[in-house]
Amino acid sequence: MTDVFRGIRVVAYRELLRFVQERSRLISSFIMPLIFLVIFGAGFGQTIGSLVPGVNYLQFMYPGIIAMTVVMGAIMSGISIVWDREFGFLKELLVSPIGRSGILLGKSVGAATTAILQTCIMLILAPILGIPLSFILIIELLIAIFIISVSISGLGLLVASRMKSQQGFQLVTQIIIMPLIFLAGVFFPVNNVPAWMEFISKINPLTYGVDAIRQIFLGSEAASALSVSIFGHTMSIFEDILVVVVFGGILMVAAIWSFSKQE
Amino acid sequence: MSIIEVDALSKKFGNLLAVDRVSFGVKGGEIFGFLGPNGAGKTTTINMLCTLLTPTSGKATVNGYDVVKQRAEVRKSIGLVFQESTLDEYLSAEQNLRFHAYAYKIPKKESEESIKELLELVELSDRRKSKVSTFSGGMKRRLELARGLLHSPKVLFLDEPTQGLDPQNRRHIWDHIHNMRRKHNLTIFLTTHYMDEAENCDRITIIDHGRIIAMDTPDKLKDSIGGDQVRLKAEDNKAAVLELKERYGISSMIDKDEVTFNIAQGDKFLPKLVGHFDSSLISISVHRPTLDDVFLKLTGRAIREEEVSFKDQLKQMSMRRRH
Repeated sequence: MTDVFRGIRVVAYRELLRFVQERSRLISSFIMPLIFLVIFGAGFGQTIGSLVPGVNYLQFMYPGIIAMTVVMGAIMSGISIVWDREFGFLKELLVSPIGRSGILLGKSVGAATTAILQTCIMLILAPILGIPLSFILIIELLIAIFIISVSISGLGLLVASRMKSQQGFQLVTQIIIMPLIFLAGVFFPVNNVPAWMEFISKINPLTYGVDAIRQIFLGSEAASALSVSIFGHTMSIFEDILVVVVFGGILMVAAIWSFSKQE
Repeated sequence: MSIIEVDALSKKFGNLLAVDRVSFGVKGGEIFGFLGPNGAGKTTTINMLCTLLTPTSGKATVNGYDVVKQRAEVRKSIGLVFQESTLDEYLSAEQNLRFHAYAYKIPKKESEESIKELLELVELSDRRKSKVSTFSGGMKRRLELARGLLHSPKVLFLDEPTQGLDPQNRRHIWDHIHNMRRKHNLTIFLTTHYMDEAENCDRITIIDHGRIIAMDTPDKLKDSIGGDQVRLKAEDNKAAVLELKERYGISSMIDKDEVTFNIAQGDKFLPKLVGHFDSSLISISVHRPTLDDVFLKLTGRAIREEEVSFKDQLKQMSMRRRH
């Protein structure tokens, strides 16, 4: 068991090291969300105006973009496994005493730690957009992001557990994961869309991750008009996170199983 | 007591029997080599011994630990250098070694010292802060050797340790291997399809189609196929054949314009022959059989280098596409 915990620490540390050392990754992780915010914010902002009193489109989208960054980062923890497999480093991990679950959980915790770093960078934008920050809010946010990131990474790791090439992983990302992200309520509230879309959005676990992060930012009053409701019941932050954790937990167990059984 | 014990180990991939009931033992401190063509089952065997593959049947222990039931203990007892690089190219040499030290739970104080020592040993101290992606093939392999030894393993597994390196680099790597073995009292298990590399082993196992077909010291294997081959050219080859038969009881034959025959310890026989031979000689040579000849004799075919170069070509092509 100590081997597994040490493994998580070591593998996560390497993920973080790689993230910090590769300037391009560090910069692109900040630039991409910024581009989304500027273009969509400017493009839709005027047309849409306020979604509910006190919440304009940028303020609505900003938490969504943070959630998107977190979700993308978590899923990309999978590509890191595929990358290691392709470049051989995975073998070094597989023959070390840290064990298979240590490797996967390490990747997951690594992605979560990276997500926290990214979020902290993006928080700089909050005052510019007129979103008030408080110490409590930031703490709540970072805890939620850590939990959501670790959970959602189960999805990326399950896809990656047997995948041999990065191209394969990219393909799955494009045809399954990108649509899931777009349907998770990042850019528009999922309560006021065609029925089929609402259905997909509401069985999409990523929706609840986005909703939790948005509620933390906007407070439950403003959020209540915008957040996900199921059969008339508006989800609370806690319930949102619970959905994500259960979903992520199942996928993570499946990922570890699949990864351990491979030859 | 053998440090590696293998008993009727088999591995099946679908219908393909990659390793077929191999059994052998490796003594502590020995350099033990698996020699065979590509696809003979060498890497599959190594992967089972280092816990990367689960055997289909049979049993194996490394350092007294079962490779299926006591994986963690086996992993702590062994060091590995694989055919392909398994370094993190985006980290520096030192960072790669530190990562390994953490993963194997080597106390910080101890590991910093061994890292320094090992980098010195493989002559990479001056490049310790450079990213591995800037290293040449030979440097990477040396770094991997250092890493494989960092946690003081009992057994070092080398899977084609010098594949793809030029002869000079290969010699260099082997100097390091011999050095390390002396220093750390290591047992070394290696696979190779290079004959000259196999000469470094104390004992060799020749494997083909997943089966062991011979196991002995390199010299004994070579003797087993009927000694050295002597080729001589005389003014009158026919007279020479006759004289060989009458005086030494050696049956020889004429191959093109040379007389050839096999004899044990040809190097000792030659002076006797040259001193007293009546027919006048033009040239004479002794050819010590190589392990290639042994393989040829045992299987009817040579360990073909084309297979290798073809694979290397493919590798290079795919590398080029990536850049």
